[in-house]
Amino acid sequence: MTRYIEVENATKTFTMQYHRSLKQIAVARLRGQKTHDRFNAVDEVSFTVEQGESVGVMGLNGSGKSTLLKLISGVMQPDSGSVLTRGRVAGLIATGAGFQPQLSGRDNLWLNAAILGMSEAETRRKLDEIVEFADIGKFLDTPVTYYSSGMKARLGFAVAINVEADIFIADEALAVGDRPFKRKCKQRMREIREQGTTIFFVSHAPGAVRQLCDRVIVLEKGKLGFDGDVAEGIKYLHYDDDDDGDDDEGFGKGD
Amino acid sequence: MSVSPEADLAPLSPPSRNNGLLEVFRQRYLLRLLVRSTIDARYQGTVLGWFWSYLQPAVRFCLYYFIFQVLVGRGGNMENFAIHLVAGMVVVHFFTETFNGGTRSLVSNRGLIIKLPMPRELFPVATMLVALWHTVPMMVILSGVCLLLGWSPDPVGLLAGLLGFAILTFLGVGLALVFSVANVFFRDFGKVTQTLTQFTTFSVPMIYPYSLVDDRFGSLAQYYLLNPLAEAVLLVQRCFWVGTTSDRDATIAEHLPDDLWSRGLIMLGLSAVFLVLAQLWFSKFERRVPERI
Repeated sequence: MTRYIEVENATKTFTMQYHRSLKQIAVARLRGQKTHDRFNAVDEVSFTVEQGESVGVMGLNGSGKSTLLKLISGVMQPDSGSVLTRGRVAGLIATGAGFQPQLSGRDNLWLNAAILGMSEAETRRKLDEIVEFADIGKFLDTPVTYYSSGMKARLGFAVAINVEADIFIADEALAVGDRPFKRKCKQRMREIREQGTTIFFVSHAPGAVRQLCDRVIVLEKGKLGFDGDVAEGIKYLHYDDDDDGDDDEGFGKGD
Repeated sequence: MSVSPEADLAPLSPPSRNNGLLEVFRQRYLLRLLVRSTIDARYQGTVLGWFWSYLQPAVRFCLYYFIFQVLVGRGGNMENFAIHLVAGMVVVHFFTETFNGGTRSLVSNRGLIIKLPMPRELFPVATMLVALWHTVPMMVILSGVCLLLGWSPDPVGLLAGLLGFAILTFLGVGLALVFSVANVFFRDFGKVTQTLTQFTTFSVPMIYPYSLVDDRFGSLAQYYLLNPLAEAVLLVQRCFWVGTTSDRDATIAEHLPDDLWSRGLIMLGLSAVFLVLAQLWFSKFERRVPERI
């Protein structure tokens, strides 16, 4: 087994700024109030992920899931400890990021692919697949401004899900759009998993985690609370009581 | 970087790469697409399209020509004053667009910065390239009018123009790096930039000739020349304006400082050093950008 993600005692500290203007700061100082505070969004977290593992990251709101994901994607660097990854980290993190609404869907497809790290040759190779996946027909050559929200989401999704990754990360719902499109997304996710891609998936939906993951990490106020079996992890978080928070497809992020 | 797991394994490494401007250079393809899409988006939905990018500077040129050459009649002791003015305007436009736009570039791309690990120098650099692209129509119009007035481009003049733009590029990107990251922490810096750029029009020999400064201030004029923008404007005027006057050497002797070239080269060196320092500053604070933006 090859190690794909190695997180060792990673800590990320955030500064909360209560006041920003000079006047507010001066007033707060005079009253003896704090002008800022620090807290560890991710606190001494350690774990490793081997090739082909599919890890679901769960936890309540504000437990540090997204920050952990940002450390792994490289958006943020840990303040202490280390985060190491192997190969290209990509996935469903910023679908539709950087869309220029005045430009056509096709132009935006190329731009978005480049933003997600694809080279010109790679985009050309994947173009048909992405266009077919988005399946928005003639609208591909009209400006994105005139798209319905569903069509915009489909285009963004089609690009993001077709980026070849060594570590596939997701911090968004794994399926969007209408039912047929959702089914297609789920199918594609299964393929990604079957290819042996390492998956790191932040979610609130126990259904989705059960379907896709073989391991669960639970964060509690930035600390690693649980690391192990999927069913036990969901139980640890008391997410197994009833499923009324989940959607019928079991693939949404659900918050 | 390996794409498929079967290929040669990439090493375990930190996912965030911080090679600054070098990384931007490595990601030329992305940079090109970002720049092109910004430019394309500008005139999207207009019937005249890119023609607007020529129409606007042309109208401006006519306006200045009318006001200064016909109405105020500056042409008295200054030959082709409109060229003198517009050559300066090209420089000022390029610089202020790079500086102002570059300062805002991080904040306005927040959506990308908080989600994706891109080299963040990309945004100020892209702003500079867009600004540079926007000078092209102005240059075309300027060159056209110069040729009508009997301009014969001389190699020394062209070199001067290039040197002027090299200074502006280094300086503009450097300032954009420094202020863009500062603007993330304190939005005040965006306002500072706007205020500073208001001075540029008047701090350079554009609506008045350098000879006026030299006359009025005498030996103090050397301090005026410490402004790299004034130097860049003079170099670009050496390129366009000097060539349109009837006696090139007389114009140079009367309206340009004696040591234009040595000053220009020193400015270029200093701007390059400043760019390096700006990159160091940017790298130092960039770590905190995604959480503070």
